[in-house]
Amino acid sequence: MALLSNAAVLLGKELRTEFRSRELLTTTVVFILTIVVLFSFTFDPSVGESRRFGPGLLWLAFLFAASLMLQPCFLREQTNDTLSALRLSVNDPFAIFLAKLAANTFFLLFTQVLLLPVFSILYNVPVLAAFPQLVLVMFMGSLGLSVTGTALSAISAQARMRELLLPLLLLPLLTPVLIASTEATAALFVPSPTMRWDWLGFLLAFDVVFLTALWLFGEYLLEE
Amino acid sequence: MTPTRFSPTGIRFEKIDKRYGGLYALRRVSLEISAGECVVLAGRNGSGKTTLLRIAARLARPSSGAVSFLNGSGESGGMQPPAGFVAHATMVYDELTAEENLMLFARLQGIAEPAVRAATLLAEVGLLERRDSLVRTFSRGMRQRVAIARALLNEPAVILFDEPATGLDPQGVSWFAQTLRGLRDSGRTILMSLHGESEVSTLATRAIRLDAGSVVADTRTGANFRSILAFANA
Repeated sequence: MALLSNAAVLLGKELRTEFRSRELLTTTVVFILTIVVLFSFTFDPSVGESRRFGPGLLWLAFLFAASLMLQPCFLREQTNDTLSALRLSVNDPFAIFLAKLAANTFFLLFTQVLLLPVFSILYNVPVLAAFPQLVLVMFMGSLGLSVTGTALSAISAQARMRELLLPLLLLPLLTPVLIASTEATAALFVPSPTMRWDWLGFLLAFDVVFLTALWLFGEYLLEE
Repeated sequence: MTPTRFSPTGIRFEKIDKRYGGLYALRRVSLEISAGECVVLAGRNGSGKTTLLRIAARLARPSSGAVSFLNGSGESGGMQPPAGFVAHATMVYDELTAEENLMLFARLQGIAEPAVRAATLLAEVGLLERRDSLVRTFSRGMRQRVAIARALLNEPAVILFDEPATGLDPQGVSWFAQTLRGLRDSGRTILMSLHGESEVSTLATRAIRLDAGSVVADTRTGANFRSILAFANA
């Protein structure tokens, strides 16, 4: 229970500091909107093309946004060496990861939900027909991005070429999440939307595997 | 300082090695620091002071050797509360207020009545009136006061200071020396690395000099003690 209570306290801190500074959310929302608008102007897709390629473009935009958003996750703990203070204060370092990945998932989901209406208008894709299912897919996809990204952010924060390292590690590793999320989303953008539980199951398995790895080995990622 | 509830605790370093790749940060360091001692670690940059302190705080794992905490009679004690650690970096969040910072760490440490403990410590470090101010609006000296309050949250018996006076103005150094004197007189064990603060280093009861990761001098009295302190002030 101490783990969950510490994670909840830390999650509160993550949300409070972010909503106070708005650094991460503002940057990411502007970035992701720019990408989606640029894609739209560059390809000028028809309705059929939007339904076919839209989900891929959407998840690519999310992936780029995630790599931008996850970068400072552990980096800003280094500014005042607050990570050391956290490590001295919690019994289980997994609480630090749990709080960060919950916060990252929330921020990503928040950005995605903000982006959906813009995407729907620009690409002429109806999203309301299967909105609850879409949110579920987005949640599972965001969780996959966050679990992997949080772990890699902890690794890259200690490296010399940290700004380059995270995208270099993150983008190839997230290819399975990208494929599964795109396929599941594409099935929801067709005239009679269906939930692809196979891809959702794949996302769930990915999330569980990486979450377990983080739980088992996360402590070593924080060591000096 | 508030009435103390800690039990006297010393530290034993046994044959500590710390390697980063092929580079030795510490080499066969063996030291025993008794409960209640106030020890200055001196040495050039890169001599291993910070590494030793971080190992004592359990923030870094030694490559070989062991660190143990000792009870008042010098025997290895059981589980001890973590040592308080104050580094040159403040280890608090700039985007939170002084009170929010202390409350955050108090909650994480499972301290009963975190609000009361935070208020008590803020009063002790003279920041009660600025409790609602964001730490980023504080001067270096005020940030260091918050850092010390954070380190004292769980009433640690051992406090580790890594160059705590660096960057403080003379007034800040005097305040820190006074605080340190209070901590020392309360019976806490203090291990600190220093650079150039005579008012602080003269409070030490023992001086240890590190060079290239090894202990090259360790004394409590005499000319050597003064020369090590002088080195700390260099």
